[in-house]
Amino acid sequence: MTATGTTYKAPGAGGGVQPRPPRRRRSVSPARQPGWTPWLYLLPALVLLGALLVYPIYQLGLISFLEYTQAQVSGGEPTTFKGFGNYGTLFRDSQFWQVLLATVVFAAACVVATLMTGCALAVLLTRIRALPRLALMMAALGAWATPAVTGSTVWVFLFDPDFGPVNRVLGLGDFSWTYGRYSAFALVLLEVLWCSFPFVMVTVYAGIRAIPTEVLEAASLDGASQWRIWRSVMAPMLRPILVVVTIQSIIWDFKVFTQIYVMTNGGGIAGQNLVLNVYAYQKAFASSQYSLGSAIGVVMLVILLAVTLVYLRLVRRQGEEL
Amino acid sequence: MSAFSTRFRVRRPGRLAAEAAALLIAVAVAFPLYWMVLSAFKPAGEIQSTEARPWTLSPSLDSFRRVFEQQDFGRYFLNSLLVAGTVVIASALIAFLAATAVTRFRFKFRTTLLIMFLVAQMVPVEALTIPLFFLMRDFGQLNTLGSLILPHLAFSLPFAIWMLRGFVKAVPEALEEAAYIDGASRTRFLWQILFPLVFPGLVATSVFSFISTWNDFLFAKSFLISDTSQSTLPMALLVFFKPDENDWGGIMAASTVMTIPVLVFFVLVQRRLVSGLGGAVKD
Repeated sequence: MTATGTTYKAPGAGGGVQPRPPRRRRSVSPARQPGWTPWLYLLPALVLLGALLVYPIYQLGLISFLEYTQAQVSGGEPTTFKGFGNYGTLFRDSQFWQVLLATVVFAAACVVATLMTGCALAVLLTRIRALPRLALMMAALGAWATPAVTGSTVWVFLFDPDFGPVNRVLGLGDFSWTYGRYSAFALVLLEVLWCSFPFVMVTVYAGIRAIPTEVLEAASLDGASQWRIWRSVMAPMLRPILVVVTIQSIIWDFKVFTQIYVMTNGGGIAGQNLVLNVYAYQKAFASSQYSLGSAIGVVMLVILLAVTLVYLRLVRRQGEEL
Repeated sequence: MSAFSTRFRVRRPGRLAAEAAALLIAVAVAFPLYWMVLSAFKPAGEIQSTEARPWTLSPSLDSFRRVFEQQDFGRYFLNSLLVAGTVVIASALIAFLAATAVTRFRFKFRTTLLIMFLVAQMVPVEALTIPLFFLMRDFGQLNTLGSLILPHLAFSLPFAIWMLRGFVKAVPEALEEAAYIDGASRTRFLWQILFPLVFPGLVATSVFSFISTWNDFLFAKSFLISDTSQSTLPMALLVFFKPDENDWGGIMAASTVMTIPVLVFFVLVQRRLVSGLGGAVKD
């Protein structure tokens, strides 16, 4: 873009005289000689992803190796390189291991509950007439559409010891769900299940509808039970979809933030309901230990990238063309 | 509702039981939303009664009035709409271009890029809050809506590109060749032929970017720290949580107001969403 006065024009720029004739003249499609065009199309996406995803990942890694607290952020003290010091501090902290374990167990419980409910209801949808199907579909879309913050407030209110309907109906008196560690996690799990099963249900239902009717009828005529049809006919055909929804659920549930933060008021009494995300937030923004928060972020990143590698292997094994 | 019609039917005596179960589950799933709207319309005295009736004797707009009288609630609402709207439109356009590039052209690093988009979807964006905070600070973007728009735009792209790929692929190449023979330029083909054909896919994709942006709580909490006029709805909601006693009427009214735009959006696009998911899945 300099005013050097040359007549050179970048390939792909409109109106430029093409000095060389196209090599493969048989092909009419410009798609066969892409030149710079695909990169031009990709430019906005790559710039955004580079600036707001790749660079921050690099920064995250960097900060996790530095001494970076309020003193360094405000410029009062120089930043110093600490090597693996932050990770040492983190791994020696028994609370970190406890939070990591809680995160994995909680996410696993959410994933299993979501997938089982979603699949069961997707199968149910195929067995009923249009009207009840529409009712269930609409209710599920409503739960799906509810923002995480409002979903969280409503569920806390439903289970409120003083004014909530659930304790009244169940006769639990003024039992406080958010007081105990396990009851608080159970309450959050219910909310997560409520707002995330619809994605699984709708996706699996869309997948089931794509299975040819004859296959299912044949299995049914051969006397296969519903469970057998699901296990031997539908599940294998739905495998690509099941892989996608499983991976998405793992990713979503592993990094739950809003629900825990709102429902247990920032991680529960004495941090008993912390998960990695909330733990990193508290470390970084509440106690200004940015390096420790970043180290926790790196741990999350590594775990989820490991999940991704497993996913890529599964996709590759299915022979899907990229 | 042709989108919901079954293609096979199993005639069994169990169907009525299945339908009863489906209706019961639908009621249970819808109940929290019903309770939210109901409580928003209940007068304060009824909310505080320990009876917890599933109806109200005297509906009132007091809670809504309290919500809108709270400083700048209308502005928070507009801010949220502005952020989500910008992200939906910009990410649809940018993802459309990128999806076209990786589907309809063969070039070096194409497969590498595709794998990178896939991996990018798996990055826990919440873990990037700390570096993004410093990035926004260095560019003077803290307390601006841009600090929410830009990250959400970037993070919604990989999934949008991945999902749109199936839709772009589905447009026959012969159509493209025909367009060129008829003398259409690449740009003309892109916007006047391909774009309208892929539009249903763009709608399905936009559901995901809309929800994730509208839901945003962590970034708003972390990046909008001092200037409250730039806040979004989730922040406005927290005002009603009080240390001594929560204002449940206010919380439920604000929650209702916050949920309505997403519900409207969902109802508008639900048919395209179901077929869109089916399309992406069949790919």
